[in-house]
Amino acid sequence: MKNWSNRLTGPSPESRCEAHGRWITRLALVVIAALVLSIIGFLLCRGSRLFLTGEGTLSAFLLGTNWDPGHQAFGAAPMIVTSLFVTLLAGLLALPLALAVALATTEILPRGAKRFLQPGIELLVGIPSVVYGLVGLTILVPLTRKLLGGTGFGLLTGAGVLFLMVMPTMTSMAIDALEAVPNQLRRASAGLGATRWQTIHRVVLPTARGGILTALIFGMARAFGEALAVQMVIGNAAVMPHGLGSSAATLTSVLTTGMGNTIMNTPENDALWSLALVLLLMSFLFNLATRLVSRKKG
Amino acid sequence: MKKIELQNRLATILILSLAALAALIAGGLVGYLLASGLPHVSWQFLTGSTKSFASGGGIFDQLFNSFYLVVLTLLVAVPLALLAAIYLSEYAKQGPVTTGLRLAIEVLSSLPSIVIGLFGYLIFVLQWRLDFSLLAGAMALTILNLPLLTRACEDALRQVPQLQRQAGLGLGMPKWRVTTKLVLPAALPGIITGAVLSAGRIFGEAAALIYTAGQSTIAVDYANWNPFAPTSFLNPLRPAETLAVHIWKVNTEGLVPDAAAVSSGAAAVLIITILIFNLAARGLGKLLARWLSR
Repeated sequence: MKNWSNRLTGPSPESRCEAHGRWITRLALVVIAALVLSIIGFLLCRGSRLFLTGEGTLSAFLLGTNWDPGHQAFGAAPMIVTSLFVTLLAGLLALPLALAVALATTEILPRGAKRFLQPGIELLVGIPSVVYGLVGLTILVPLTRKLLGGTGFGLLTGAGVLFLMVMPTMTSMAIDALEAVPNQLRRASAGLGATRWQTIHRVVLPTARGGILTALIFGMARAFGEALAVQMVIGNAAVMPHGLGSSAATLTSVLTTGMGNTIMNTPENDALWSLALVLLLMSFLFNLATRLVSRKKG
Repeated sequence: MKKIELQNRLATILILSLAALAALIAGGLVGYLLASGLPHVSWQFLTGSTKSFASGGGIFDQLFNSFYLVVLTLLVAVPLALLAAIYLSEYAKQGPVTTGLRLAIEVLSSLPSIVIGLFGYLIFVLQWRLDFSLLAGAMALTILNLPLLTRACEDALRQVPQLQRQAGLGLGMPKWRVTTKLVLPAALPGIITGAVLSAGRIFGEAAALIYTAGQSTIAVDYANWNPFAPTSFLNPLRPAETLAVHIWKVNTEGLVPDAAAVSSGAAAVLIITILIFNLAARGLGKLLARWLSR
């Protein structure tokens, strides 16, 4: 009897299935969110240890120019400056070329060109960063050596590798941004007698500005976080760079080379985690910048 | 000619020549990689094992490790991403909680891969004592690929017309049933495309792996199919150097005399594999869509 009443008034197998499904999918999402929070939490915890144990101070870390963790010198400014400089150089080199390709495919060349270019861009976006590093090692390093003298490893080579790496991504995003510009605007502009350049310059580019800026920031964020490709060609000398050809080290390259050679919970190791924390905070900044830029557009 | 006309002509020439320069750089890059790498790719290179100090080593172990890592990662990442995507596209209501969850995914997608690798090193390798292992590497790569995969799955689910859902609901099917029986099959081509594309990303990833899956590989027995045996090739707890890590390793601290040949050959193999992944992603998706709509 009890069984029957339960069957008649209780939840049906279908609705139980429904509840389980909703629960499981929500759980998956919560797992992802928990992962993100724990990544941030652990890095905050590890990254602040250097300052909490009193081995280093925040100002000495951010402003100090002497990085010698073995001798209690934790000045991270050379790496921060190098990372920013290399990223900026790569982004500014890549933007005109990416924009030119995007303008050529969307505004100038016939429609068929895009179908021809798309797989190529996709392949280039998919090429792993170590391969770009390898290209830097075999082509850019000898080239820089010839141009600037010295070893060929250094700031310019690092920026060159990053430029090659982010250009395809930025191109693909710039194409998307230009394609999002409504065709009516182009026709209206042409109807007023504007030349193609006037249309591009006065109508298309201003309309797509948000998307193009997003492409630039996204590319720079990728360049900032890239580790191995840069580490292969930048020379890895954690000193303040004094010229385009001088060896340097980025936040990521120091992390790559140093993390395996230090012991956990020593000040040397804590300093590396502080660098990782800087990297994390910078990626937040890039994310925030993308948000601001794309909000302005809408 | 009027000034405006001239300006237009000059600008067009400038844009086209810059674009040609970019295409030249990109084409030269791929051409150089293939031209310098392919001569070193031979059957012996693909099936031989690595030599530590002598030249003539192959990349079979690394190639296998890369593929195995792709399988292990997708095994965890696809179900997790798919479930999360189902919630986001079918169940989630507009509100602060959903916005927060979306923000978390976006933050995750903007983290540099080395940061995720270091997190994996801290938690999986040190805290959970997995040491350098395929499993630790697969988990780090899962984290790395979750945002992209979730977005791909969610887009695929959203592409399914609302009418199909309404038809199912109108017949009295519960929402979960509609999702699994109607929406999911219709979205399958898009999901497969996303999964294969992220397989390509996993295949080429190195920064997240050097401190999780490790930079060395042990001698494994390809005849031992027991995944729990320490020397089995299927054992997920063994350290494993992938192809991408191998390229990096050989170039930064390699002791082999033919480092340039090995790394350019490996790079060519890597590029061709990723090209195959890209083509397969499109092809499989299209094929499946045609087969499903028969």
